[in-house]
Amino acid sequence: MLAGQSVTLERVSMAFGDFVAVRNADLHIEAGEFFSFLGPSGCGKTTILRLISGFNEPTGGVIRIGGADMAGIGPNRRPTALIFQNLALFPLMKVWENVAFGLEARGVARAERRRRAGELLELVALEGQGEKLVSALSGGQRQRVAIARALAVEPAVLLLDEPLSALDLKLRQKMRAELRTIQQKTGVTFVYITHDQGEALTMSDRIAVMSHGRIEQVGTADAIYRAPASAFVATFVGESNVLAGRVIGTSGDEAILETAHGSLAGRNPHGLDAGARAQLVVRPERCRLLDGDAPGNRLAGTVERLDFEGAFVSLVVRLDDGAEVTAQLANDGSLPRLKPGTPVAIGFAAEAALLLPVAGDG
Amino acid sequence: MAELFRRLGAVAGALVLGTVILWVLFLVVLPQLFMVDMSLRPHLPVPEQGGPADVRSLANYATLFANDAHRGIFLRTIFSAALVTVLALVVCYPVAYYLAQVARGPTAALLVLGLVVPFWVNEILRTFSWFLILSRNGLLNQVLMGLGLTEAPLNMGGVGAVMVGMVYAYILFMVFPLYNAIESLDRNQIEAARDLGASWPRIHARVVVPHAKPGIAVGCIMTFMLAAGTVAVPQLLEALPGGTNARWFTQVIYSLFFDGGDWNSGAAYAFALLVSCVIFIFVMMRVFRVGIADVAK
Repeated sequence: MLAGQSVTLERVSMAFGDFVAVRNADLHIEAGEFFSFLGPSGCGKTTILRLISGFNEPTGGVIRIGGADMAGIGPNRRPTALIFQNLALFPLMKVWENVAFGLEARGVARAERRRRAGELLELVALEGQGEKLVSALSGGQRQRVAIARALAVEPAVLLLDEPLSALDLKLRQKMRAELRTIQQKTGVTFVYITHDQGEALTMSDRIAVMSHGRIEQVGTADAIYRAPASAFVATFVGESNVLAGRVIGTSGDEAILETAHGSLAGRNPHGLDAGARAQLVVRPERCRLLDGDAPGNRLAGTVERLDFEGAFVSLVVRLDDGAEVTAQLANDGSLPRLKPGTPVAIGFAAEAALLLPVAGDG
Repeated sequence: MAELFRRLGAVAGALVLGTVILWVLFLVVLPQLFMVDMSLRPHLPVPEQGGPADVRSLANYATLFANDAHRGIFLRTIFSAALVTVLALVVCYPVAYYLAQVARGPTAALLVLGLVVPFWVNEILRTFSWFLILSRNGLLNQVLMGLGLTEAPLNMGGVGAVMVGMVYAYILFMVFPLYNAIESLDRNQIEAARDLGASWPRIHARVVVPHAKPGIAVGCIMTFMLAAGTVAVPQLLEALPGGTNARWFTQVIYSLFFDGGDWNSGAAYAFALLVSCVIFIFVMMRVFRVGIADVAK
């Protein structure tokens, strides 16, 4: 029977010579969770996957699956199955032999292997395709063969290394939904690696955002988007305008930041004190066009360009010192004509902006 | 061929094509036909050649099967060459796998260099070094006696010595086709098999060897042809003490041509060997289910 198990990383580090790929990762993934590691290439997310699957042993820390320490246990003896980025299907075997390979390795009799392969192919909607060679299948079908092959060994944890990156957009969106369905149907813990925030945000129960070998933030898609823990997360997950400055005053859970573009107010969840260096991040969709001398946060500059995106337009404003900020404005017919060079001001509510400490400043 | 002319133009294209045709015709086809013809004629003194006694028959081939000594050597040569091929495969597969999938960067380069450098030395000299190692007061006997494993030096000559010499002589012809084939295997496939719980023997049997089959076939064909066709290695290593029964069929052919002067029988024996080798190759390709196109890759 398929059932998920938890995965725990306790101060896990991985160094390749002088290069530290993963630094002190602490994390608990619940049994049956769809968990994603999101980060740019080279951030260490694939290394984490290889550590969980057992292809590499961490140079520090402990990895537990279902509570059991995995040190010294090879990938062939862990309750995990890995789906490779290029799928790594066996081209010389038939589809059903691919699916049943893990059972073959466990010494399951041929008739039983065939039967199980048939069931799994049904689960991934490939019934009747078992006798074909992998090369005769389409990209999406191969994807599903890879999933069936991994599920055949009844893993407690399924590890997926950007398996959708080779598919075109339409198919990718379809496969996202299918992966989610299969995960919910089987209850297996999915650990998903991606650099595509769309994938991570739509599929995952929780996401860990990684950068330079560090886990920057762990949380639900909503929490990460609403309250990014660092300027990196704010700009990597969705878009953000980031403005640097120094805190000059606090009041309640808000603070005032003195920037090159004037004083700006924002939420202060990190409790930054006056004098601290900080960054203010605000999402483009929370910015609006100001007319007249409205009070509140205000950034004045000239129109750099107006990008038409369909339901909304992106207004890029060049501030006096050359910095650019972007506002996403609803394309509802109320927009004035904004030619490049037109002086404009954009503003945002204090509760839409977030103050973050500058890394290395405490 | 149209591609050849399009690229090189009419004159250069015709020149290249002409050279190849002449090469194959004069250096491969005609000599072989000449030899086949010779093999069908009886060995006659010069005045009788072309006379009434000079009629074509299979008599020379019949001699090969009638002569117990020659037939024995012939069969043993084919068998030994096959054994050399198997030994070379067994020795080279792990080396090729290590080079292709495990070793990385400078280590791999160094290992390849270590394999290739001895082959800068002539085959005769490399074989002679085995003579030195295996001779009565050679390296191996010295080591065995130094360790107290034997009292007196052993006679190491014989078929075994000849086969050892051959495995060594043709190792590269086995390693490189294997290396090429294994190297093109996506490492993820090995890892995927491992991740799915397969043991190392199963990974090799189900993933690596099937992928490397064309390379294995090429290596086996080359090694077999070289082993069955060599004169130098058995000639040298036969001279080891105890090596009297290590005669190779090629030596029989050699002595028919150059000692006996019976070119007709020599030609028949040589052609019989060629045909046997070709049959062996096709059987191998059948066994490995490899096509000509795979081998030519």
